[in-house]
Amino acid sequence: MGRRVLVTGLSTFWGGRLAQALEKDPDVDVIVGLDTQEPRVELERTEYVKADQSYSILSRIVQATQVDTILHTFLIVDSTRMSGRALHEINVIGTLNLLAAAGAAGSPVRQVAVKSSTLVYGSSWEDPVWFREEMARTHSAKTRVERSLLEAESYLHDFAEDNPHVVVTLLRFSNVLGTDIITPTSKALQLPAVPSILGFDPLVQFVEEDDVIRCLEFVMSEQVPGIYNVAGDGRLPWSEVARICGKRTWPLPPVFTNVAAGALGRVGVELPSELLDLMRYGRGVDNRRLKRAGFQYRYTSAGAVENFARASRLRNTVGDSRPAYKYEREVENFFQHSPAVVRNE
Amino acid sequence: MATGERITAEGRGALVHLPRQPEAEPLTDPRQSDVDEWGRSEHTRELARRVYGPLYRQLFRVEWEGLEKIPTEGGALLVANHAGAIPSDAPVIMHGIEEELHRPVYGLADHIFKAMPIVGTMWARAGGVAAHPENAYRLLREQQQLVLVFPEGTKGPGKLYSERYQLRRFGRGGFVEIAMRAGVPVIPIAVMGAEESMPIVYKNAALAKLLGLPYVPLTANMLLLGPLGLVAYFPSKFKLRVLDPVHFDVPPDQERYSRSRIMDEAEDIRLRLQDNLYDMLRQRRSVWFG
Repeated sequence: MGRRVLVTGLSTFWGGRLAQALEKDPDVDVIVGLDTQEPRVELERTEYVKADQSYSILSRIVQATQVDTILHTFLIVDSTRMSGRALHEINVIGTLNLLAAAGAAGSPVRQVAVKSSTLVYGSSWEDPVWFREEMARTHSAKTRVERSLLEAESYLHDFAEDNPHVVVTLLRFSNVLGTDIITPTSKALQLPAVPSILGFDPLVQFVEEDDVIRCLEFVMSEQVPGIYNVAGDGRLPWSEVARICGKRTWPLPPVFTNVAAGALGRVGVELPSELLDLMRYGRGVDNRRLKRAGFQYRYTSAGAVENFARASRLRNTVGDSRPAYKYEREVENFFQHSPAVVRNE
Repeated sequence: MATGERITAEGRGALVHLPRQPEAEPLTDPRQSDVDEWGRSEHTRELARRVYGPLYRQLFRVEWEGLEKIPTEGGALLVANHAGAIPSDAPVIMHGIEEELHRPVYGLADHIFKAMPIVGTMWARAGGVAAHPENAYRLLREQQQLVLVFPEGTKGPGKLYSERYQLRRFGRGGFVEIAMRAGVPVIPIAVMGAEESMPIVYKNAALAKLLGLPYVPLTANMLLLGPLGLVAYFPSKFKLRVLDPVHFDVPPDQERYSRSRIMDEAEDIRLRLQDNLYDMLRQRRSVWFG
């Protein structure tokens, strides 16, 4: 019998990407995608449920679809996307409700994997060169996105303790670069000159977007429990990241950096304080535990930057060649359920 | 490249199964600089060696005693006394061992460096590492490197000239615990000469607090040489004595070690260093000529 999978955040970049990947997996029978907004990528056999993340709806969905696996990709790590309050609502309350639904009496769920971020380690001058999974951050979290991720993770710890029969996987992804994903970092790297902080050239680490999806598929199919850092091998200086992208750096002052960044924000260059910290102190996470579990990365940190640089060059030349996808419920229903559609099984 | 193909394939919006993306080319690491995971750059270090060479040979005229006690392979934790407003002992030890034994030394220093613009970056490129137990463990246990640490911390270089060669408290003995955990010996090095190369005659606590620095000194170098004294050392004669390595007969990788054992060992090493410093000072006829 194949897997029945619930993917949260179907309209987000990761939810959509992951559902597309799962559709190609013959071991996956059913994919249910949950979101408050319509999906933004084309999906063949994923069932989209438009629902908010309230507990009563979630537990009914879990019961009704009898999903055995929940892939929780709906944790927002880009604080420029929404207000702090909305972010709290999704990351903390959404996770709380989802895990409550997954842990309800008689729940069919046997695996929960959560896509968190290495933002939980923060970025400060007192950090070690490499963070291992069991290490705590050195300074308490100041930004809302970091606090919300820590809270979501603590709910997951409770869930794992209360539900020993469920395989619980917590993945902390490093900053992602890739062909398609848009993050504050990728936007900064596409500016005519890459912002940096005068006198600082910290070592940063990246994971490639395909490795993110491959990793989620890996932990699902291999059922590996535990906490894992997911980041490409090696760290490289911020200046070198800019150089691989073929850009110069444009230094912001080391004092009153927030003021300077605020001024840039006015002209549309958003540098959230998590990114400013990263540009000052950098961050490194030890990725060896995941490798020991059997995962093989396809890209190193520098490789991810190089791949991103190539994709940007292509996009600069030919524009966004992919037509924007618009979800139409009737069309999707027709494709998925009409007997007139020939499906190659 | 795979990117172009995929964009067109998905752009067609086919309902049939898309062929899986062709496997990416084997993992390459397209680095453009030589900065390693610790932030060191061989290029910068070569430059630093060229600048520091004359200082080491002509200014400080460094003499070693017992250099053969430092292993040519395997990890070891070097500990030394620390002195001078801008400590001159760290680069002397690092440069000396790298020149004589041809193996790198990773100098651990206070995190505060990392928070300083330019200084922090230069220091990391030249071979400094932030003094975090995790960093020390990785260097000693996994990479079997030589690591240099000053257990006095900033209390050593921050002391006045009148307190020279009086060892401060050796922190909380963390260096012993790391050596135990990493299963490497501690090798103490007594350094004579650094105190006189940049002596502090006055400290301003209020200014230090304002600037967030461990100490803000007025040095004899500044009094004599003016602004140049901020960076210029006096030509004191350096003598370094390597003491016998201390091996701890405990299994590595334990969660904790006996606190009293750690304090005993740390205090023992401190006393041996102090005794040797007194011994070297007894034999010294001149600050400038040894």
